[in-house]
Amino acid sequence: MAPVDKSKVPWWVSNLIVPLVNLTLALLVSGLFIFIAGENPYEAVRLIIYGSFGYIEGFAYTLYYTTNFVFTGLAFAVAFHCRLFNIGGEGQAYIGGLGVFLVAINFSFLPVPIVWLLSIAGAVVFGAAWAFIPAYLQATRGSHVVITTIMFNFIAASLMVFLLVDVIRDTSQMGPHTVALPKEQWFPSFKDFASLFGIKIRYSPLNISFLLAIAASVFVWFLVWKTRWGYEMRAVGHNTQAAIYAGISPYKNIIIAMCISGGLAGLLGVNEILGVHHKIVAGFPAGYGFTGIAVALMGRNHPIGIFPAAFLFGILYQGGSEVTFDMPNITRYMFVAVQGVIILFSGALENLFRPQIESFFVNRLNIKASA
Amino acid sequence: MVSPILELTNINKSFGHVHANKNINLTINKGTIHGIIGENGAGKSTLMSIVFGLYQANSGTIKVNGKEINLRSPKDSIINGIGMVHQHFMLVENFTVLENIILGFEGELVFGKNLEKAKKDLNDLCDTYKLNIDLNSTISDLSVGFRQRVEILKSLYRGAEILILDEPTGVLTPQEVDELFKILRSLKEEGKTIVLITHKLIEIMDLTSEVSVMRQGEMVGHTKTENTNKEQLAEMMVGRSVLLRLDKSEVKAGEVLFSVKNLTVKDDLDVTRVKNVDLEIRSGEILGLAGVTGNGQTELLEALSGIRKVESGEIYLEGKKVSDSQNFLDPRELKDKGLAHVPEDRQRMGLVTDFKAYENLIFGYHDQQPFSKSSVLNHRDIISHSKKIMEEYDVRPQSPNLITSNFSGGNQQKIILSRELNENPKVLLVGQPTRGVDIGAIEFIHQRLIDMRDRGTAILLVSVELDEVLSLSDRIVVMFDGKIVGEKENKNVTDRELGLLMAGVV
Repeated sequence: MAPVDKSKVPWWVSNLIVPLVNLTLALLVSGLFIFIAGENPYEAVRLIIYGSFGYIEGFAYTLYYTTNFVFTGLAFAVAFHCRLFNIGGEGQAYIGGLGVFLVAINFSFLPVPIVWLLSIAGAVVFGAAWAFIPAYLQATRGSHVVITTIMFNFIAASLMVFLLVDVIRDTSQMGPHTVALPKEQWFPSFKDFASLFGIKIRYSPLNISFLLAIAASVFVWFLVWKTRWGYEMRAVGHNTQAAIYAGISPYKNIIIAMCISGGLAGLLGVNEILGVHHKIVAGFPAGYGFTGIAVALMGRNHPIGIFPAAFLFGILYQGGSEVTFDMPNITRYMFVAVQGVIILFSGALENLFRPQIESFFVNRLNIKASA
Repeated sequence: MVSPILELTNINKSFGHVHANKNINLTINKGTIHGIIGENGAGKSTLMSIVFGLYQANSGTIKVNGKEINLRSPKDSIINGIGMVHQHFMLVENFTVLENIILGFEGELVFGKNLEKAKKDLNDLCDTYKLNIDLNSTISDLSVGFRQRVEILKSLYRGAEILILDEPTGVLTPQEVDELFKILRSLKEEGKTIVLITHKLIEIMDLTSEVSVMRQGEMVGHTKTENTNKEQLAEMMVGRSVLLRLDKSEVKAGEVLFSVKNLTVKDDLDVTRVKNVDLEIRSGEILGLAGVTGNGQTELLEALSGIRKVESGEIYLEGKKVSDSQNFLDPRELKDKGLAHVPEDRQRMGLVTDFKAYENLIFGYHDQQPFSKSSVLNHRDIISHSKKIMEEYDVRPQSPNLITSNFSGGNQQKIILSRELNENPKVLLVGQPTRGVDIGAIEFIHQRLIDMRDRGTAILLVSVELDEVLSLSDRIVVMFDGKIVGEKENKNVTDRELGLLMAGVV
């Protein structure tokens, strides 16, 4: 098939139709899995939709997951604009959480809103610092960030286990976690807000970090497309030679991009520590850092795409757990597989049907134009 | 007995809106050396890539030995006895000669009998054609000339009867060229057919028995080499005398704006590419730098524009030292001091092709007012500025929001030129300003450069197109093997004189 003239493809075809087709295909294949497992795919879809939208707490859970995916998705996207494959979001989030906790516990004498702001800054600084080392090695030594960031995930995990067992463990308890933060420092949850309006609902982990996720999305959009820094990062990412020619330092931009990326991943710690656990629990990033890669790829590394992609994964997480409750043949791992299929179709096989779809629409539009 | 071995009929090939080959007809006789000559971008390489199965023609037929064949990949061509030596060699650097040649034709899982046979066959081939290659040497240890021989040997081993060579001498030293020609002649004597693609007239006259001339995608003539001469071929090739006689006022050179003293520069592999070069460029003059590709021009330009480190020597801008081996200004600082640079390779260096046109139109100037204020890009001013200069430089289409890779080569070049010229630089470094650019744009670009010079800019023009250097420059220096080997006022100087200098003969 002859390649289509890219300039003639309308934006909504490449940015809406193609991802939707890929998603539909992924869901069809997932349906097949469920069918083979001996359950009714139609019923499973109904359960997913009920679980994630059907009642207020379920929907709150969906948005809570969305919050985490937005942070890690944005983190991956920022680095990717500089063509850096930062798969260390998991570790950066973990260390970011440490930053949140240390700041909150040590500055508890300050007014609460200031503690919150400082804790958010702590998350960013700690996450960025954890990303800085691989960034520095990439910029000066050419050590590939894919290798170093994944190793830093392991180092972060080991370091945190060491800290949680031997250094900052709550000694009155057996588990590997810290003491809880003072109650007044906890982020107001969705439940608290609802009760302000006299609505009584049950617990859900959704909290005001969701607003922080929206702010972070706006920040990333502004940074990447509206500032000199974003412009320079993209120039380095697309054509390093040209960047050097224009007097843009690849060294500086690799480090800046990675640190911003790490800082965004660190914000996951704000949601988890201030919003949900109120202490550091071993393994709290729970794979969000990795799923963020899929979220970013699916959202085409643009905040406007990342938000709906994060929401979709939120639906899958929340709806998926509902399904596993009600369908004995479907395990949690089934939904890991479903996620895998979505990543496969929207990431790795992203361009599988793109030429066909694009030329279909281009031909259609040409016929319309000439008629 | 003359019989056609390769016949092309009505070959057409387009890339997007560029018609690279138009109704090409070509007959090549067995046992001859057939030259195909034309300027850069005339469509020679495209045509031969079709014959080698790398591209598929949009229409037309190809016959080998009178039989029509369908070439869908290089594999089909190899089966039909067609081999090609590319401009850029297709060799695995850390493999030995033997490993490279049998790559894809190993024939067995564990090397044994076949390998021994291959070795013997290859040694026989080397002897027959006096290739003088050691099969066990590693490619990375071989000189460019030898690598080319390995490519030739590879084609022969795979049974090539027709051997296509694409600009084989572009990267060779004169001695290596002589050696290559010897090999090609002995191939011809053994009955092989050779197609030589080149833009150098001297090679055609030296080596070929028949020659075909291409211009702007069309075949404009076939002739026996003995019935023609260089002047006639040059006229067919260029097909115009406009370019050679640009309207240009008398040079009014002023004070020295840019000078280079005893400059030495190394490339990424630590090879010295620029050797003790001295240059002086005055305000209001164009200094042309001629030379065969790969004689240090690229490294010189990169050093002058602050991209590459200076090994020794000094660079002065308006009498003030800007770079030596210890202290040097980076490209942005040089820009601020009034030095603009149009790089040789627009897609590799001059543009970010994935960017929108307006993003490229401010590239390198993006941190200046009014484009950016306290690090925030001023979108409205950038767009209105882009519209203005796109109109002024006739960039088509005039849409600042279009992705740059969707512009044609000529318009991409205009984007760079408009960006660099718009700042009214004091010194302008230009590398290959019209490479791969269509005729209309060439004249436009040349006129702009002349205008800049008349307004007092000091211009250094680096080009491998002798015509271009001759038609634009006020003074010409020739670079060979990293050294300046000659300097001429551009009065009564002939391309012949320059050609000899470029070849390092004088």
